Amino acid sequence: MRPFTYLIPKTLDEAISLHVSHGEHARYVAGGTDVLVKIKEGKLAPDYLISLKHIIGQDRPFLNHETGELYIGAFCTHRSIEQSTLVQHQYPIIHDAVKNIGSVQIRNVATIGGNLVNAVPSADGAIPLIALDAKANIYGTKGQRSIDLRRFFLGPGQCDLDGGEILTEIVIPPLAQRSGSAYIKHGRREAMELPMLGVGVLLSLEEDMTTCAKVRICLGVAAPTPFRAMAAEKYLKGKTIDEINLTEAGMIAGQESKVRDSIRGVAWYRREMVGVLVKRMGLKALERSKEKRED
Amino acid sequence: MAREISFVFNGNPMKMMIEDHWTLLHLIREELEYTGTKEGCGSGECGACTVIVDGIAVNSCLYLASEIEAKRLTTIEGLAAADGTLHPIQKSFVENGGIQCGFCSPGMILSAKALLDKNPGASEEDVKEAIAGNICRCTGYVQIIDSIKAVSGSGEDEPHVVAFKKDEGDRGE
Repeated sequence: MRPFTYLIPKTLDEAISLHVSHGEHARYVAGGTDVLVKIKEGKLAPDYLISLKHIIGQDRPFLNHETGELYIGAFCTHRSIEQSTLVQHQYPIIHDAVKNIGSVQIRNVATIGGNLVNAVPSADGAIPLIALDAKANIYGTKGQRSIDLRRFFLGPGQCDLDGGEILTEIVIPPLAQRSGSAYIKHGRREAMELPMLGVGVLLSLEEDMTTCAKVRICLGVAAPTPFRAMAAEKYLKGKTIDEINLTEAGMIAGQESKVRDSIRGVAWYRREMVGVLVKRMGLKALERSKEKRED
Repeated sequence: MAREISFVFNGNPMKMMIEDHWTLLHLIREELEYTGTKEGCGSGECGACTVIVDGIAVNSCLYLASEIEAKRLTTIEGLAAADGTLHPIQKSFVENGGIQCGFCSPGMILSAKALLDKNPGASEEDVKEAIAGNICRCTGYVQIIDSIKAVSGSGEDEPHVVAFKKDEGDRGE
């Protein structure tokens, strides 16, 4: 591999000042499972790699009991999120997504923040977080700012980070009552593959447990960036959550998606599958909303 | 840049100078000259380079050697006892035909060890998850899974060899 100097700051401020000193010759790295591959392939040639792995902060998901917000540090590994009982019980949509990213070896080191800043259209990590209305906390020379994660993605491989800024944390607002959520990665095999399509659905129900109070339908690989099927969401809101309405919502989502032909699948098939999987995940979310939550 | 690191290699405390850009795989194979750990793809797809760092399985081709500082590293050479007695997982691979060409075996065995150390009664599903990132191009997966299950105890009474049933039709034999 091309030689570089590996810098190991202990604080965010130290990391940022190192980035300021070395400018375009520097590159942040966390788990390294993407950055090191890109260096080996010659797609990146940094003289300095600034590690974010040793910055002190929470390394697993954390629930603020006063506000009901879930905090996920950007440097959490996928494995720590997958194995969090809090995530398994209360945010199954996140568990559905992280458990199928890469392999155990990859998930043991790759971080959720790394998955997000890569901003690939297929980022499995992003879809459930957007469905949960997550915000991204970003830290830079000008201090901290917070934006909707949905607006973080600007295009394939592009996210809203200025040079030197660091994505530090994902914050998920309190879950609505009577809610359920589910995500599916659709591909030819489960492990070690990017999805052909990713579909996440979050539902919250009225007291009658059948009427849709709020819905999020979020799609991966259906557009250049993670995509919210807002027309389908609008259709479903206020309606009974059943197979017929979910089928219609799925069709609307398929039509509004911007799927295209690629090596992993063709557009017409992806569009059909958006319909099928929105319905399936809607039914699964409905089922989960009825399960007693273990708080 | 060079730096000095300390770590525990297969139970032995080590202190050595390394270069920042060395991967753990490079450190193990080229510097320590322990060649049981294999390089397959070099990009985290195949799992042939799997080693155990502080109890978890990682791809050593995508893990910087600098990151091993103050950690415990286990490679395939660290499994057998000093007198050459094989580790139960290694023994099971031998007995259950879990090895064909052998290139994937060190990685498979270390993925299995990381699993069984945490979850000694791992189910078939757990085993499949643990080795999902280990590719065997001889495609001996059934025997590999059996080898691991035999150690976890979940393989009892579940022989994988399905006897040919006469009522399945005439195969022209």
